[in-house]
Amino acid sequence: MSEIKIQIKNLYKIFGKNPKSALEQVKDGVNKDELLEKHNHVLGLKDINLDIKEKSIQVVMGLSGSGKSTLIRHINRLIEPTDGSVVVDGEDVLKMNDESLRNFRRTKTAMVFQRFALLPHKTVLENTLFGLHIQKVDEKEANTRARRWIDRVGLSGYEEKYPQHLSGGMQQRVGLARALTNDGEILLMDEAFSALDPLIRKDMQDILLELQDELHKTVVFITHDLDEALKIGDRIAILKDGIMDQEGIPADILLSPKTQYVKDFVEDVNRARVIKAKHIMSKLNGQDRDNAMFVDQDDFIDRFIDKVISDKPSCLIVKNKNNDEIGYLSTKRLSEILKR
Amino acid sequence: MEDFLSEFPELSRETLRFIKKGFDASYRAFSREYGDAIEAVFDPVLYFLVWFEKLLQNSPWPIVLICFLAVIYFGSRKISVTIGSLFAFLLIGIFGMWEDTMSTVSIIGVCTMLSIGIGIPVGVLMAKSERAQRICTPILDVMQTMPSFVYLIPVVMLLGIGKIPGLLAVVIYAIPPIIRLTNLGIREVDKEVLEAADAFGANPRQKLFQVQLPLALPTIFAGINQTIMMALAMVVIASMIGVKGLGQPVLKAITNQYFAMGLFNGLAIVALAIIFDRVSQSFGHRIQQHRSGSRE
Repeated sequence: MSEIKIQIKNLYKIFGKNPKSALEQVKDGVNKDELLEKHNHVLGLKDINLDIKEKSIQVVMGLSGSGKSTLIRHINRLIEPTDGSVVVDGEDVLKMNDESLRNFRRTKTAMVFQRFALLPHKTVLENTLFGLHIQKVDEKEANTRARRWIDRVGLSGYEEKYPQHLSGGMQQRVGLARALTNDGEILLMDEAFSALDPLIRKDMQDILLELQDELHKTVVFITHDLDEALKIGDRIAILKDGIMDQEGIPADILLSPKTQYVKDFVEDVNRARVIKAKHIMSKLNGQDRDNAMFVDQDDFIDRFIDKVISDKPSCLIVKNKNNDEIGYLSTKRLSEILKR
Repeated sequence: MEDFLSEFPELSRETLRFIKKGFDASYRAFSREYGDAIEAVFDPVLYFLVWFEKLLQNSPWPIVLICFLAVIYFGSRKISVTIGSLFAFLLIGIFGMWEDTMSTVSIIGVCTMLSIGIGIPVGVLMAKSERAQRICTPILDVMQTMPSFVYLIPVVMLLGIGKIPGLLAVVIYAIPPIIRLTNLGIREVDKEVLEAADAFGANPRQKLFQVQLPLALPTIFAGINQTIMMALAMVVIASMIGVKGLGQPVLKAITNQYFAMGLFNGLAIVALAIIFDRVSQSFGHRIQQHRSGSRE
C-alpha cells in the first residue's frame, strides 16, 4: 500500500467567541443545533479522522454547510483548528511557526479555488507565475515553468490576456496552471469545478484525471456533486453537519452506504457507470471457463453489460493488466447489484 | 428651583474665563518654547514649495504651458481635455492671472504629494489594525467637520503667518478622503484572493504590495481625486494666513466688493479644479481598465 501523506486526527473546529469552552460541551455530546441555540457557537467540524494516501485523489463530499471547505483549509492551515492535529509527511502543520508555515505553503501545497481567486490586475502569465514570484524564483526559470503549464492546460496564446477577458472555464484553467506551476506534492481543490457549466466541468475533470495519471500528486478535492466525486475520487469521504458519515472507495459507498444520509445521496446514481469489475468480483474457485466471458478489472459494468445480455456467459472472469485471472463475477451477482 | 429649570446651570463667568485664559496661556507658552523647533521640521517642505513655485513662475510661460499640456495629455489620453485645458490656461494668462495660478498650482501640488505620502500609509495602518481604525476614525471626523478657521488659530499661533501654516491647514482639511478611501479600498479586497495569496505562502509585505494595494488602487485614486478637490476649495481660506495664489485676489475682492475681480479669479479656480478632476479621473479609469474587460 502507498504511504499516508496527510493524516488528520481528532480534528475539531468550533466558530464563536469562546471555542475552547464550547469544545468541552461538544465532547460531552452537545449537538450542533443545541450548541448554536444555547451557547451561540457554530460547530464546524467534529472529530474528523482521515488518512489521505500519497498520490491518490481523496474527495471530500457534502452539501453546503457540511464543513468540507473548512476541512480543506485546515490542511494548509488557512483556518486554525480548535482541537486535533494535521500531520503532513510526518510533520505537524499546527506546530509550525509563521516562517515554516509559509515555506510549507510555498513548496508543499498549492490550492485551486471555487471562484478562481485570480489577480485581476495581472495577466494570465503573471497570475500563473504568482507562486514562483512569491518564492523569488529566478525570473527566467519561472517564466519557462509557467509557460509550460499554461500550454499544458490549453491556454497557449492567452498569456498576455487579463482574467476578465476569459470565460469561467478558462479562468479556472489559469487557476489550475497557477497551482501546478508551484509544483507542490499536494493539490488542494476547493470546489474547483463547481462554478463551471456542466460541459466545461466535464472537460476540466478529464484534464485533471489526465494530468494526475502523469503527475501523481496527492489531491484533496472538495465537491458537492456525487457524480463528480465518483468520477474522480480514489476514495470519498462524506461530510454532514461537520461529522464524517462514511469514508471509503466509491464502490463501497455505493454498495454499502452506512447511514440514511449516504443512502439518500447514492440512491439515484447509475451504478453501472461507477462500479468496476474489480469492486464486485469474488475469489476464483474453479469456475468453468467453457462459456465464460473475460473482462478487465478496471472496466465499468457499463462496458460489458450489453455483451453479457447478448452472449449469456456462465460467468465473468476478471483479469488484471498482466492478463492474470484474479477473480470472477457471477451473472446473478451482477443483476443483484444493478437491481439494488 | 424655577431658576434651575429656566437657566442652564452653567459655570460662573470667572471660572470660564480662568479656563480659557489658562488654556491659551499654556498653549502660548508651548508655542514660544517649541514653535521654532517645529518650524524647523517643516523647513525642507518650505524649501521645496518655494523652489517649485519659483520654477513655475520664473520659467518662460510657453515651456510651462507645454509641460502642463503634456502631463494633462499623458494623464488623461484625451485630446478634448488637453485642448480644453489649453484654452483655459490661455484665458487665465490673458486675464493676468498666470502668476497667481502658478502659485496655486504649486501649493496644490505640494499639498497633494504630502497628503498621498502621509495618507496612504495611515490608511494602510487603519486597514491592518482595528485599534488604529478605532483611534483614527474620530480624529478624521474632527478634521473634516471642525470649521477650518478654528484650527487656523493654533497653527498661526504656533508658526505665524506664511506658507507653512497655510500648507498645514490645507493638508489637514484635504487629507481625510485619501486616508478613508485607502482604508476602505484595502478592506474591500476580495477575501478569496487574499486567501489565495496566503495559500501560496505570501508574507504580509508581499500581500500588501502585490495584492492589496494594486486591487485597492481604483478606490485610492478616487481618494486622491477628492483630496485635490478639497485642497483647491481651501485655497481661499488659506490665503487669509498669507498663502499666495488665486485666493488672495478673491479675498481682496470680498473686502472691497470688486465683483469682476472675484469672478475672474473664482473662475480660474474652477478651471483648475475641472482640469485636475478630469485628468485624475481618467487616469484612475485607465489603470483599472483591464478589470472591467473594456480593453480591445
